[in-house]
Amino acid sequence: MRLLRRHALTAFALAAFAYLMLPIAVVVLFSVNDPAGRFNYTWEGFTLKHWADPFGAPGLKDAIVTSLEIAALASLVATVLGTLIALALVRYGFRGRGLTNLLIFMPMTTPEVVMGASLLTLFLNLGVDRGFATIFLAHVMFCVSFVVVTVKARLVGFDRHLEEAAMDLGANPFVAFGRVTLPLIAPGVVAGALLAFALSVDDFVITAFNSGPTTTFPLYVWGAARVGVPPQVNVIGTILFLAATGLMFATVAAQTRRSRKGTT
Amino acid sequence: MGFLHRHRGLVPYVLLAPGLAFLVLFFVVPTYYLAHTSLEAGSLDIGYAFSWAWNNYSDGISTYHEQFVRSLEYAGLATLFALLISYPLAYWIAFRGGRWKGLLLLFVIAPFFVTYLIRTLAWQTILSDDGFVVSALQSVGLLGDGDRLLATSTAVVAGITYNFLPFMALPLYASLEQIDGRLIEAAEDLYASRVQAFLRVTLPLSLPGIFAGTMLTFIPAAGDFINAQLLGTPRQFMIGNVIQSKFLVITDYGQAAALSFVLMAAILALILAYTRALGTEKLTG
Repeated sequence: MRLLRRHALTAFALAAFAYLMLPIAVVVLFSVNDPAGRFNYTWEGFTLKHWADPFGAPGLKDAIVTSLEIAALASLVATVLGTLIALALVRYGFRGRGLTNLLIFMPMTTPEVVMGASLLTLFLNLGVDRGFATIFLAHVMFCVSFVVVTVKARLVGFDRHLEEAAMDLGANPFVAFGRVTLPLIAPGVVAGALLAFALSVDDFVITAFNSGPTTTFPLYVWGAARVGVPPQVNVIGTILFLAATGLMFATVAAQTRRSRKGTT
Repeated sequence: MGFLHRHRGLVPYVLLAPGLAFLVLFFVVPTYYLAHTSLEAGSLDIGYAFSWAWNNYSDGISTYHEQFVRSLEYAGLATLFALLISYPLAYWIAFRGGRWKGLLLLFVIAPFFVTYLIRTLAWQTILSDDGFVVSALQSVGLLGDGDRLLATSTAVVAGITYNFLPFMALPLYASLEQIDGRLIEAAEDLYASRVQAFLRVTLPLSLPGIFAGTMLTFIPAAGDFINAQLLGTPRQFMIGNVIQSKFLVITDYGQAAALSFVLMAAILALILAYTRALGTEKLTG
């Protein structure tokens, strides 16, 4: 009976994994499909021609370049702002901590459609033309909180004495930060930056409200969904998926190796 | 340099200033403009003017209460399904994952690595009329010959469940993973059955995870419009669809802003009621 229950749970878990993987498999499968018409819904036959020409659909390349540019800029700025906030929160006692935490927490718990809408009313009221710059500002806004949370998690286990030792040995605070603190918290900062990059590339809702004539990759997909999504979108989706998974896999493998050696 | 040395108390504020200024400018101030806009009357042609137009709220609610109720209903159902799927999964990874835990978690968040819109479009393919799910359900008689899955509320709820499932599974895993296995053994040594041990030890200890997971799933789900748009029809539209089209298609800014505010207020009220019902003291200690 106990054995049966044990296997029932395992069977359920495996079924859940299959459910999680199913749409991903569909995305990959339909990137090598050879659709007859404009709609890439039914399996028609194997082809690699979309992989040979991933930017073959008009406008797709520009949209991807725009998305990557915005993600690079937004994740850079959000990482700097977020890391500084995380340092202040973990390392210093100061008045207004509760309010700061609330301000960090709110963007993560507000529905995107509300955030997108309020930014839109800001830009409309100030008469700001929407485009690349407004998307960038919006992305930094919703990424900062996630960077703070990620970096904070890494900073909590950090030994302050190391930095003080450096300063006792004559390093000024900036040198101590650059030579001691930053290398130690680097994994957290990198994780925060990658998370911000991923959130930015994937964002549709807030971007849709603040894009004006600029088209990012998700906006391109949204527009294409009405008239038939070209298979190249599946190719790009697969490439993004593989890149992100590969990166995560490497991180997890490195962590597993480290923890098996007994060092952290 | 010397200045900061002499005024150490200022250091945290110097660190906080740029980030918090950014959040105030692009999160707090926009909320003020949203409130302002929600009381404006006018149109794109004649311009918009502030006029304490409370009718944006009353008209908005009376016209779209159906979409409001539907949003909360779909989000509630999707949160429940996500919990029912995630809990056994997170439990299995936490207690049976062994040294593969990291890798298994990677599978849980894998959907996030496929662009949101693309994975929703994949569900469109899976649930389509000539897809294998429909034909399988028809062959076992669960679905009639002319019945569809796509363009139904089932499809929309299924899509929302899938899209936000990792938000549920990760906090559940985090709280289950922290549970000391010896507590469960102790309960069993004290003659608790496996079910009792689960109900009296494991489940209460995982409440913080359930709380965080349901919030992280429900909030984005209630504001979602992508699933209803891609997997449903206007009969499945949620309040997010209304806000999106009023802002971006028909430029009825006043009412759109009012509806956004009502959505925010409704979610906030539900969170407060939920926090109270679950008991904060149970969660924090």
